[in-house]
Amino acid sequence: MYKVRLWSTRRARMMEILYAALEKTLLICAPLMERIGYKRLEKPVAAIEKGIKGVLFDCQMCGQCALSKTGMSCPMNCPKSIRNGPCGGVREDGYCEVKPHMRCVWVEAWDGSQRMKNGGDISIVQVPIDHRLKGSSSWLREVRLQRDAAKLVASDSGEGTS
Amino acid sequence: MMYEDEPIAGYPLPMRDGHSSPGRLERILRDGHFAVTSELAPPDSADPNEVYERASLFDGYVDAINATDGSGAHCHMGSLAVCALLTRMGYALIMQISCRDKNRIAIQGDILGGAAMGVCNMLCLSGDGVQTGDHPDAKPVFDLDCMSLLNIARTMRDDSTFQSGRKIEHAPHVFLGAAANPFVQPFDWRPLRLAKKIQAGAQFIQTQYCYDVDRLRTYMQTIKDMGLDDKVFLLIGVGPLASARTAEWMRNNVPGVHIPDSVINRLKGADDQKKEGVNLCVDLIQEIKEIEGVNGVHIMAYRQEHNVPDIVERSGVLNGRTPWHPRLFEGDANVQTQMDKLHD
Repeated sequence: MYKVRLWSTRRARMMEILYAALEKTLLICAPLMERIGYKRLEKPVAAIEKGIKGVLFDCQMCGQCALSKTGMSCPMNCPKSIRNGPCGGVREDGYCEVKPHMRCVWVEAWDGSQRMKNGGDISIVQVPIDHRLKGSSSWLREVRLQRDAAKLVASDSGEGTS
Repeated sequence: MMYEDEPIAGYPLPMRDGHSSPGRLERILRDGHFAVTSELAPPDSADPNEVYERASLFDGYVDAINATDGSGAHCHMGSLAVCALLTRMGYALIMQISCRDKNRIAIQGDILGGAAMGVCNMLCLSGDGVQTGDHPDAKPVFDLDCMSLLNIARTMRDDSTFQSGRKIEHAPHVFLGAAANPFVQPFDWRPLRLAKKIQAGAQFIQTQYCYDVDRLRTYMQTIKDMGLDDKVFLLIGVGPLASARTAEWMRNNVPGVHIPDSVINRLKGADDQKKEGVNLCVDLIQEIKEIEGVNGVHIMAYRQEHNVPDIVERSGVLNGRTPWHPRLFEGDANVQTQMDKLHD
Protein backbone atom coordinates (compact mmCIF):
# COMPACT_ATOMS: atom_id res chain seq x y z
CA MET A 1 0.00 0.00 0.00
CA TYR A 2 2.59 2.46 -1.23
CA LYS A 3 0.12 5.33 -1.57
CA VAL A 4 -1.31 4.90 1.93
CA ARG A 5 2.17 4.85 3.39
CA LEU A 6 3.03 8.15 1.69
CA TRP A 7 -0.29 9.52 2.95
CA SER A 8 0.57 8.47 6.52
CA THR A 9 4.01 10.08 6.42
CA ARG A 10 2.49 13.34 5.16
CA ARG A 11 0.26 13.17 8.26
CA ALA A 12 3.14 12.34 10.56
CA ARG A 13 1.97 14.79 13.24
CA MET A 14 -1.48 13.20 13.39
CA MET A 15 0.09 9.74 13.50
CA GLU A 16 2.38 10.90 16.30
CA ILE A 17 -0.65 12.00 18.36
CA LEU A 18 -2.47 8.72 17.63
CA TYR A 19 0.61 6.76 18.60
CA ALA A 20 0.99 8.63 21.89
CA ALA A 21 -2.68 7.91 22.67
CA LEU A 22 -2.22 4.24 21.82
CA GLU A 23 0.81 4.00 24.05
CA LYS A 24 -1.10 5.55 26.95
CA THR A 25 -4.01 3.16 26.45
CA LEU A 26 -1.72 0.16 26.29
CA LEU A 27 0.05 1.23 29.45
CA ILE A 28 -3.29 1.61 31.24
CA CYS A 29 -4.20 -1.90 30.11
CA ALA A 30 -0.77 -3.23 31.10
CA PRO A 31 -1.75 -4.69 34.50
CA LEU A 32 -4.55 -6.61 32.83
CA MET A 33 -2.19 -7.78 30.09
CA GLU A 34 0.27 -8.93 32.70
CA ARG A 35 -2.48 -10.97 34.35
CA ILE A 36 -3.35 -12.63 31.04
CA GLY A 37 0.34 -13.07 30.27
CA TYR A 38 2.36 -11.40 27.49
CA LYS A 39 3.16 -14.77 25.98
CA ARG A 40 -0.51 -15.61 25.48
CA LEU A 41 -1.16 -12.15 24.04
CA GLU A 42 1.80 -12.19 21.66
CA LYS A 43 0.09 -13.86 18.69
CA PRO A 44 -3.21 -11.94 18.67
CA VAL A 45 -1.59 -8.56 19.40
CA ALA A 46 1.07 -9.14 16.74
CA ALA A 47 -1.69 -9.98 14.26
CA ILE A 48 -3.61 -6.79 15.07
CA GLU A 49 -0.40 -4.73 14.92
CA LYS A 50 0.51 -6.25 11.58
CA GLY A 51 -2.94 -5.48 10.22
CA ILE A 52 -3.00 -1.83 11.29
CA LYS A 53 0.63 -0.94 10.65
CA GLY A 54 0.70 -3.01 7.49
CA VAL A 55 -2.01 -0.85 5.96
CA LEU A 56 -0.76 2.48 7.26
CA PHE A 57 3.01 2.12 6.96
CA ASP A 58 3.73 -1.03 4.94
CA CYS A 59 5.08 -2.37 8.23
CA GLN A 60 7.43 -5.36 7.82
CA MET A 61 7.08 -6.47 11.48
CA CYS A 62 10.74 -6.13 12.35
CA GLY A 63 9.65 -6.30 15.99
CA GLN A 64 11.54 -3.18 17.05
CA CYS A 65 9.49 -0.35 15.67
CA ALA A 66 11.34 2.92 15.10
CA LEU A 67 8.50 4.80 13.36
CA SER A 68 8.36 7.60 15.91
CA LYS A 69 12.05 8.27 15.30
CA THR A 70 11.90 7.98 11.52
CA GLY A 71 9.25 10.55 10.65
CA MET A 72 6.59 7.79 10.60
CA SER A 73 8.22 6.33 7.47
CA CYS A 74 9.07 2.64 8.01
CA PRO A 75 12.82 2.15 7.39
CA MET A 76 12.32 -1.54 6.64
CA ASN A 77 10.84 -0.49 3.30
CA CYS A 78 14.27 0.83 2.31
CA PRO A 79 15.71 -1.81 -0.07
CA LYS A 80 18.96 -1.60 1.87
CA SER A 81 17.10 -1.79 5.23
CA ILE A 82 18.99 1.32 6.29
CA ARG A 83 17.91 2.32 9.80
CA ASN A 84 19.92 5.55 9.69
CA GLY A 85 19.34 6.97 6.25
CA PRO A 86 19.17 8.22 3.65
CA CYS A 87 22.12 6.78 1.76
CA GLY A 88 24.05 8.81 -0.78
CA GLY A 89 22.26 7.26 -3.73
CA VAL A 90 19.04 9.29 -3.60
CA ARG A 91 18.06 10.34 -7.11
CA GLU A 92 17.83 14.02 -8.05
CA ASP A 93 14.04 13.88 -7.83
CA GLY A 94 14.07 12.27 -4.35
CA TYR A 95 13.42 8.73 -5.59
CA CYS A 96 15.17 5.52 -4.52
CA GLU A 97 18.38 4.36 -6.24
CA VAL A 98 17.33 0.72 -6.08
CA LYS A 99 13.65 1.17 -6.93
CA PRO A 100 13.47 4.16 -9.27
CA HIS A 101 9.66 4.37 -9.03
CA MET A 102 9.56 4.54 -5.23
CA ARG A 103 10.08 7.71 -3.20
CA CYS A 104 13.18 7.35 -1.01
CA VAL A 105 11.92 6.08 2.35
CA TRP A 106 14.34 8.42 4.11
CA VAL A 107 13.54 11.52 2.07
CA GLU A 108 9.97 10.86 3.22
CA ALA A 109 11.21 10.23 6.78
CA TRP A 110 12.95 13.60 6.88
CA ASP A 111 9.78 15.27 5.56
CA GLY A 112 7.66 13.46 8.16
CA SER A 113 10.02 14.33 11.01
CA GLN A 114 9.69 18.01 10.11
CA ARG A 115 5.95 17.76 10.69
CA MET A 116 6.26 16.06 14.08
CA LYS A 117 6.61 17.55 17.54
CA ASN A 118 9.38 15.15 18.50
CA GLY A 119 10.73 14.83 14.96
CA GLY A 120 14.22 15.70 16.22
CA ASP A 121 14.49 12.08 17.36
CA ILE A 122 15.50 11.28 13.79
CA SER A 123 19.00 12.35 14.90
CA ILE A 124 19.28 9.45 17.35
CA VAL A 125 21.62 6.74 16.04
CA GLN A 126 19.55 3.56 15.64
CA VAL A 127 21.20 0.33 16.73
CA PRO A 128 21.23 -2.64 14.36
CA ILE A 129 18.19 -4.87 14.15
CA ASP A 130 17.84 -7.90 16.41
CA HIS A 131 16.77 -10.44 13.82
CA ARG A 132 15.29 -12.73 16.49
CA LEU A 133 12.47 -10.26 17.08
CA LYS A 134 11.17 -10.39 13.51
CA GLY A 135 7.42 -11.03 13.47
CA SER A 136 6.88 -10.20 17.14
CA SER A 137 4.80 -7.32 18.49
CA SER A 138 6.65 -4.05 19.05
CA TRP A 139 3.71 -2.69 20.99
CA LEU A 140 3.84 -5.43 23.61
CA ARG A 141 7.60 -5.16 23.80
CA GLU A 142 7.43 -1.42 24.33
CA VAL A 143 4.78 -1.75 27.09
CA ARG A 144 6.85 -4.44 28.76
CA LEU A 145 10.05 -2.39 28.61
CA GLN A 146 8.33 0.69 30.02
CA ARG A 147 6.66 -1.32 32.80
CA ASP A 148 9.94 -3.00 33.70
CA ALA A 149 11.71 0.36 33.79
CA ALA A 150 8.97 1.86 35.97
CA LYS A 151 9.11 -1.09 38.36
CA LEU A 152 12.89 -0.77 38.58
CA VAL A 153 12.65 2.92 39.43
CA ALA A 154 9.93 2.16 42.01
CA SER A 155 11.99 -0.55 43.69
CA ASP A 156 15.10 1.70 43.64
CA SER A 157 13.31 4.61 45.31
CA GLY A 158 11.69 2.15 47.71
CA GLU A 159 15.12 1.02 48.82
CA GLY A 160 16.16 4.64 49.23
CA THR A 161 13.42 5.46 51.76
CA SER A 162 13.63 2.30 53.81
CA MET B 1 58.00 12.51 3.87
CA MET B 2 59.72 10.38 6.43
CA TYR B 3 59.08 10.65 10.14
CA GLU B 4 61.81 10.55 12.78
CA ASP B 5 60.19 7.51 14.29
CA GLU B 6 59.83 5.88 10.88
CA PRO B 7 59.58 2.08 11.19
CA ILE B 8 60.63 -0.55 8.67
CA ALA B 9 58.17 -0.44 5.80
CA GLY B 10 55.26 -2.69 6.62
CA TYR B 11 55.37 -2.05 10.36
CA PRO B 12 53.10 0.45 12.11
CA LEU B 13 54.30 3.89 13.13
CA PRO B 14 54.42 4.51 16.87
CA MET B 15 51.02 5.81 17.94
CA ARG B 16 51.06 9.43 19.03
CA ASP B 17 49.17 10.65 22.09
CA GLY B 18 45.57 11.46 21.32
CA HIS B 19 45.66 9.51 18.06
CA SER B 20 43.35 6.59 17.36
CA SER B 21 45.66 4.82 14.94
CA PRO B 22 49.34 4.25 14.27
CA GLY B 23 48.79 5.48 10.72
CA ARG B 24 50.16 8.10 8.37
CA LEU B 25 46.82 9.53 7.26
CA GLU B 26 45.79 10.47 10.79
CA ARG B 27 49.20 12.11 11.34
CA ILE B 28 48.95 14.09 8.10
CA LEU B 29 45.48 15.37 8.96
CA ARG B 30 46.17 16.14 12.61
CA ASP B 31 49.39 17.94 11.63
CA GLY B 32 47.24 20.26 9.50
CA HIS B 33 48.47 19.18 6.07
CA PHE B 34 46.10 19.15 3.11
CA ALA B 35 45.64 15.42 2.54
CA VAL B 36 45.31 13.61 -0.77
CA THR B 37 43.79 10.17 -1.04
CA SER B 38 42.90 8.10 -4.06
CA GLU B 39 41.08 4.94 -4.89
CA LEU B 40 42.54 1.69 -6.17
CA ALA B 41 40.27 -0.31 -8.42
CA PRO B 42 40.92 -3.93 -7.31
CA PRO B 43 41.66 -6.27 -10.22
CA ASP B 44 39.46 -9.05 -11.56
CA SER B 45 42.41 -11.31 -11.07
CA ALA B 46 44.28 -13.35 -8.50
CA ASP B 47 47.62 -11.89 -9.52
CA PRO B 48 49.15 -9.85 -6.66
CA ASN B 49 51.40 -7.99 -9.10
CA GLU B 50 48.38 -6.26 -10.56
CA VAL B 51 47.63 -4.82 -7.13
CA TYR B 52 51.23 -3.68 -6.66
CA GLU B 53 51.27 -2.08 -10.10
CA ARG B 54 48.01 -0.27 -9.56
CA ALA B 55 49.20 1.07 -6.20
CA SER B 56 52.54 2.20 -7.59
CA LEU B 57 50.76 4.57 -10.00
CA PHE B 58 50.06 6.79 -6.99
CA ASP B 59 53.59 6.62 -5.52
CA GLY B 60 54.54 9.99 -4.12
CA TYR B 61 51.20 11.65 -4.76
CA VAL B 62 48.74 10.28 -2.23
CA ASP B 63 48.72 9.96 1.56
CA ALA B 64 46.48 6.90 1.61
CA ILE B 65 44.86 4.52 -0.84
CA ASN B 66 41.25 3.38 -0.61
CA ALA B 67 40.76 -0.32 -1.20
CA THR B 68 37.20 -0.52 -2.48
CA ASP B 69 34.87 -3.28 -1.33
CA GLY B 70 32.92 -4.53 -4.33
CA SER B 71 32.25 -0.99 -5.52
CA GLY B 72 29.20 -0.57 -7.69
CA ALA B 73 28.20 -4.03 -6.43
CA HIS B 74 30.65 -5.58 -8.90
CA CYS B 75 32.78 -8.54 -7.98
CA HIS B 76 36.54 -7.82 -7.73
CA MET B 77 39.40 -8.84 -5.47
CA GLY B 78 38.24 -8.19 -1.89
CA SER B 79 39.30 -5.10 0.04
CA LEU B 80 40.78 -7.08 2.92
CA ALA B 81 43.05 -8.96 0.51
CA VAL B 82 44.17 -5.79 -1.27
CA CYS B 83 44.97 -4.31 2.14
CA ALA B 84 46.90 -7.44 3.12
CA LEU B 85 49.08 -7.17 0.03
CA LEU B 86 49.72 -3.44 0.26
CA THR B 87 50.21 -2.99 4.01
CA ARG B 88 53.12 -5.44 3.73
CA MET B 89 54.78 -2.93 1.42
CA GLY B 90 54.18 -0.13 3.93
CA TYR B 91 51.38 1.66 2.11
CA ALA B 92 48.73 3.52 4.09
CA LEU B 93 45.39 1.93 3.30
CA ILE B 94 41.81 2.96 3.82
CA MET B 95 39.92 -0.30 3.96
CA GLN B 96 36.39 0.19 2.70
CA ILE B 97 33.77 -1.90 4.45
CA SER B 98 30.39 -2.26 2.82
CA CYS B 99 27.36 -3.64 4.67
CA ARG B 100 25.94 -5.17 1.50
CA ASP B 101 27.82 -8.45 1.41
CA LYS B 102 28.59 -9.43 5.00
CA ASN B 103 26.79 -9.67 8.30
CA ARG B 104 28.04 -8.33 11.63
CA ILE B 105 29.98 -11.50 12.47
CA ALA B 106 32.02 -11.34 9.26
CA ILE B 107 32.51 -7.58 9.38
CA GLN B 108 33.80 -7.50 12.94
CA GLY B 109 36.17 -10.32 12.06
CA ASP B 110 37.46 -8.26 9.13
CA ILE B 111 37.99 -5.21 11.32
CA LEU B 112 40.20 -7.26 13.64
CA GLY B 113 41.99 -8.91 10.72
CA GLY B 114 42.53 -5.65 8.89
CA ALA B 115 43.93 -3.92 11.96
CA ALA B 116 46.20 -6.91 12.63
CA MET B 117 47.66 -6.52 9.13
CA GLY B 118 48.39 -2.85 9.63
CA VAL B 119 45.29 -1.23 8.19
CA CYS B 120 44.97 2.01 10.12
CA ASN B 121 41.95 3.54 8.40
CA MET B 122 38.55 2.06 7.75
CA LEU B 123 35.76 3.63 5.76
CA CYS B 124 32.32 2.49 6.89
CA LEU B 125 29.78 2.36 4.07
CA SER B 126 26.28 1.04 3.57
CA GLY B 127 27.21 0.02 0.02
CA ASP B 128 25.51 0.19 -3.35
CA GLY B 129 22.45 -1.95 -3.93
CA VAL B 130 23.08 -5.29 -5.67
CA GLN B 131 20.95 -4.27 -8.65
CA THR B 132 23.67 -1.88 -9.88
CA GLY B 133 26.27 -4.62 -10.17
CA ASP B 134 27.11 -7.71 -12.16
CA HIS B 135 25.24 -10.03 -9.76
CA PRO B 136 21.78 -8.47 -9.43
CA ASP B 137 20.55 -11.92 -8.39
CA ALA B 138 22.67 -11.87 -5.20
CA LYS B 139 21.23 -11.66 -1.70
CA PRO B 140 21.67 -8.15 -0.28
CA VAL B 141 22.79 -8.62 3.33
CA PHE B 142 22.56 -5.16 4.95
CA ASP B 143 22.59 -6.61 8.45
CA LEU B 144 24.11 -3.27 9.53
CA ASP B 145 24.07 0.19 7.98
CA CYS B 146 26.95 2.65 7.77
CA MET B 147 25.88 4.30 11.03
CA SER B 148 25.59 1.14 13.13
CA LEU B 149 28.82 -0.13 11.56
CA LEU B 150 30.63 3.05 12.67
CA ASN B 151 29.21 2.62 16.12
CA ILE B 152 30.31 -1.01 16.33
CA ALA B 153 33.83 -0.26 15.02
CA ARG B 154 34.18 2.56 17.53
CA THR B 155 33.05 0.33 20.40
CA MET B 156 35.49 -2.37 19.30
CA ARG B 157 38.30 0.18 19.39
CA ASP B 158 37.41 2.25 22.45
CA ASP B 159 35.68 -0.27 24.70
CA SER B 160 37.41 -3.44 23.43
CA THR B 161 34.12 -5.22 22.97
CA PHE B 162 32.24 -6.85 20.12
CA GLN B 163 28.66 -5.78 19.47
CA SER B 164 27.64 -8.83 21.51
CA GLY B 165 29.45 -7.36 24.52
CA ARG B 166 32.12 -10.07 24.45
CA LYS B 167 35.63 -8.79 25.27
CA ILE B 168 38.34 -8.20 22.67
CA GLU B 169 41.84 -8.84 23.95
CA HIS B 170 43.69 -6.34 21.79
CA ALA B 171 41.52 -3.55 20.38
CA PRO B 172 41.84 -2.55 16.70
CA HIS B 173 43.52 0.88 16.59
CA VAL B 174 41.80 2.38 13.60
CA PHE B 175 40.96 5.85 12.34
CA LEU B 176 37.32 5.71 11.34
CA GLY B 177 35.88 7.24 8.22
CA ALA B 178 32.52 7.56 6.59
CA ALA B 179 31.07 8.84 3.35
CA ALA B 180 28.86 11.87 2.83
CA ASN B 181 26.94 13.15 -0.13
CA PRO B 182 26.16 16.87 0.17
CA PHE B 183 24.88 16.92 -3.41
CA VAL B 184 21.63 15.00 -3.14
CA GLN B 185 18.34 15.41 -1.31
CA PRO B 186 17.28 16.12 1.40
CA PHE B 187 19.70 19.06 1.51
CA ASP B 188 18.60 20.33 4.96
CA TRP B 189 19.17 16.91 6.46
CA ARG B 190 22.65 16.25 5.00
CA PRO B 191 24.61 18.36 7.55
CA LEU B 192 22.53 16.86 10.37
CA ARG B 193 23.24 13.40 9.06
CA LEU B 194 26.94 14.25 9.11
CA ALA B 195 26.51 15.20 12.78
CA LYS B 196 24.89 11.82 13.34
CA LYS B 197 27.85 10.06 11.69
CA ILE B 198 30.27 11.97 13.89
CA GLN B 199 28.24 10.96 16.93
CA ALA B 200 28.41 7.34 15.72
CA GLY B 201 32.21 7.51 15.46
CA ALA B 202 33.28 9.09 12.16
CA GLN B 203 36.61 10.91 12.39
CA PHE B 204 37.13 11.61 8.71
CA ILE B 205 34.79 11.93 5.76
CA GLN B 206 35.26 11.26 2.07
CA THR B 207 32.47 12.78 0.00
CA GLN B 208 30.82 11.75 -3.22
CA TYR B 209 32.15 13.40 -6.42
CA CYS B 210 31.89 17.18 -6.23
CA TYR B 211 31.15 18.94 -9.51
CA ASP B 212 29.05 21.69 -7.96
CA VAL B 213 31.30 23.90 -5.84
CA ASP B 214 28.48 26.32 -4.99
CA ARG B 215 26.47 23.56 -3.39
CA LEU B 216 29.58 22.41 -1.52
CA ARG B 217 30.13 25.96 -0.23
CA THR B 218 26.58 26.13 1.13
CA TYR B 219 27.07 22.74 2.81
CA MET B 220 30.43 23.73 4.29
CA GLN B 221 28.97 26.97 5.63
CA THR B 222 26.28 25.00 7.49
CA ILE B 223 28.92 22.55 8.75
CA LYS B 224 30.92 25.48 10.05
CA ASP B 225 27.90 27.13 11.67
CA MET B 226 27.13 23.85 13.42
CA GLY B 227 30.74 23.62 14.63
CA LEU B 228 31.22 20.26 12.92
CA ASP B 229 34.34 21.25 10.98
CA ASP B 230 36.35 20.97 14.22
CA LYS B 231 35.06 17.51 14.95
CA VAL B 232 35.82 15.75 11.69
CA PHE B 233 38.31 15.90 8.82
CA LEU B 234 36.62 16.50 5.48
CA LEU B 235 38.08 15.16 2.26
CA ILE B 236 36.12 16.21 -0.80
CA GLY B 237 35.63 13.69 -3.60
CA VAL B 238 36.78 14.72 -7.07
CA GLY B 239 37.50 12.92 -10.32
CA PRO B 240 38.30 13.52 -13.98
CA LEU B 241 35.44 12.98 -16.42
CA ALA B 242 36.49 11.21 -19.63
CA SER B 243 34.04 13.06 -21.90
CA ALA B 244 30.74 14.90 -21.99
CA ARG B 245 29.04 11.64 -22.91
CA THR B 246 30.52 9.84 -19.91
CA ALA B 247 29.40 12.73 -17.70
CA GLU B 248 25.86 12.51 -19.03
CA TRP B 249 25.86 8.75 -18.61
CA MET B 250 27.09 9.06 -15.03
CA ARG B 251 24.52 11.69 -14.22
CA ASN B 252 21.72 9.49 -15.50
CA ASN B 253 22.93 6.09 -14.36
CA VAL B 254 25.10 6.41 -11.27
CA PRO B 255 22.81 7.22 -8.35
CA GLY B 256 24.03 10.02 -6.14
CA VAL B 257 26.24 11.73 -8.72
CA HIS B 258 25.18 15.29 -9.41
CA ILE B 259 26.76 16.98 -12.44
CA PRO B 260 25.53 20.46 -13.41
CA ASP B 261 24.91 21.37 -17.08
CA SER B 262 27.76 23.91 -16.99
CA VAL B 263 30.26 21.08 -16.46
CA ILE B 264 28.88 19.06 -19.37
CA ASN B 265 28.86 22.12 -21.62
CA ARG B 266 32.48 22.89 -20.78
CA LEU B 267 33.48 19.36 -21.82
CA LYS B 268 31.34 19.51 -24.96
CA GLY B 269 33.05 22.71 -26.06
CA ALA B 270 36.56 21.29 -25.77
CA ASP B 271 38.63 19.89 -28.66
CA ASP B 272 40.16 17.20 -26.48
CA GLN B 273 37.44 16.26 -24.00
CA LYS B 274 39.57 13.84 -22.01
CA LYS B 275 42.23 16.48 -21.48
CA GLU B 276 39.58 19.01 -20.56
CA GLY B 277 38.20 16.55 -18.01
CA VAL B 278 41.59 16.53 -16.29
CA ASN B 279 41.81 20.34 -16.50
CA LEU B 280 38.36 20.58 -14.95
CA CYS B 281 39.40 18.28 -12.12
CA VAL B 282 42.48 20.43 -11.41
CA ASP B 283 40.33 23.59 -11.42
CA LEU B 284 37.82 21.99 -9.05
CA ILE B 285 40.54 20.96 -6.62
CA GLN B 286 41.99 24.46 -6.64
CA GLU B 287 38.58 25.96 -5.89
CA ILE B 288 37.75 23.36 -3.25
CA LYS B 289 41.02 23.72 -1.33
CA GLU B 290 40.23 27.39 -0.70
CA ILE B 291 36.98 26.55 1.10
CA GLU B 292 37.31 26.84 4.85
CA GLY B 293 36.94 23.55 6.70
CA VAL B 294 38.15 21.37 3.82
CA ASN B 295 41.06 19.16 4.91
CA GLY B 296 41.86 17.35 1.71
CA VAL B 297 40.67 15.76 -1.50
CA HIS B 298 39.81 12.21 -2.42
CA ILE B 299 40.55 11.59 -6.09
CA MET B 300 38.40 8.91 -7.69
CA ALA B 301 39.91 8.47 -11.15
CA TYR B 302 38.27 5.27 -12.30
CA ARG B 303 40.13 3.97 -15.38
CA GLN B 304 42.20 7.17 -15.31
CA GLU B 305 44.39 6.31 -12.35
CA HIS B 306 47.48 7.15 -14.42
CA ASN B 307 46.29 10.78 -14.49
CA VAL B 308 46.32 11.13 -10.69
CA PRO B 309 49.98 12.28 -10.44
CA ASP B 310 49.36 14.97 -13.09
CA ILE B 311 46.19 16.16 -11.34
CA VAL B 312 47.90 16.34 -7.94
CA GLU B 313 51.00 18.00 -9.36
CA ARG B 314 49.11 20.68 -11.26
CA SER B 315 46.67 21.47 -8.49
CA GLY B 316 49.62 22.18 -6.18
CA VAL B 317 47.79 20.83 -3.13
CA LEU B 318 50.76 18.97 -1.71
CA ASN B 319 52.68 22.21 -1.24
CA GLY B 320 56.00 20.60 -2.10
CA ARG B 321 55.38 17.62 0.19
CA THR B 322 56.10 14.11 -1.10
CA PRO B 323 53.96 11.51 0.62
CA TRP B 324 55.72 8.34 1.73
CA HIS B 325 55.93 5.47 -0.75
CA PRO B 326 58.04 2.31 -0.90
CA ARG B 327 60.55 3.72 -3.38
CA LEU B 328 60.86 7.14 -1.77
CA PHE B 329 64.35 6.70 -0.41
CA GLU B 330 65.70 4.24 -2.94
CA GLY B 331 69.32 5.03 -3.53
CA ASP B 332 69.59 7.38 -0.52
CA ALA B 333 72.66 5.96 1.25
CA ASN B 334 71.87 7.49 4.67
CA VAL B 335 68.37 6.13 4.74
CA GLN B 336 69.62 2.79 3.51
CA THR B 337 72.08 2.48 6.41
CA GLN B 338 69.36 3.52 8.85
CA MET B 339 67.03 0.92 7.37
CA ASP B 340 69.72 -1.75 7.49
CA LYS B 341 70.25 -0.97 11.16
CA LEU B 342 66.55 -1.29 11.80
CA HIS B 343 66.43 -4.58 9.96
CA ASP B 344 69.27 -5.89 12.09
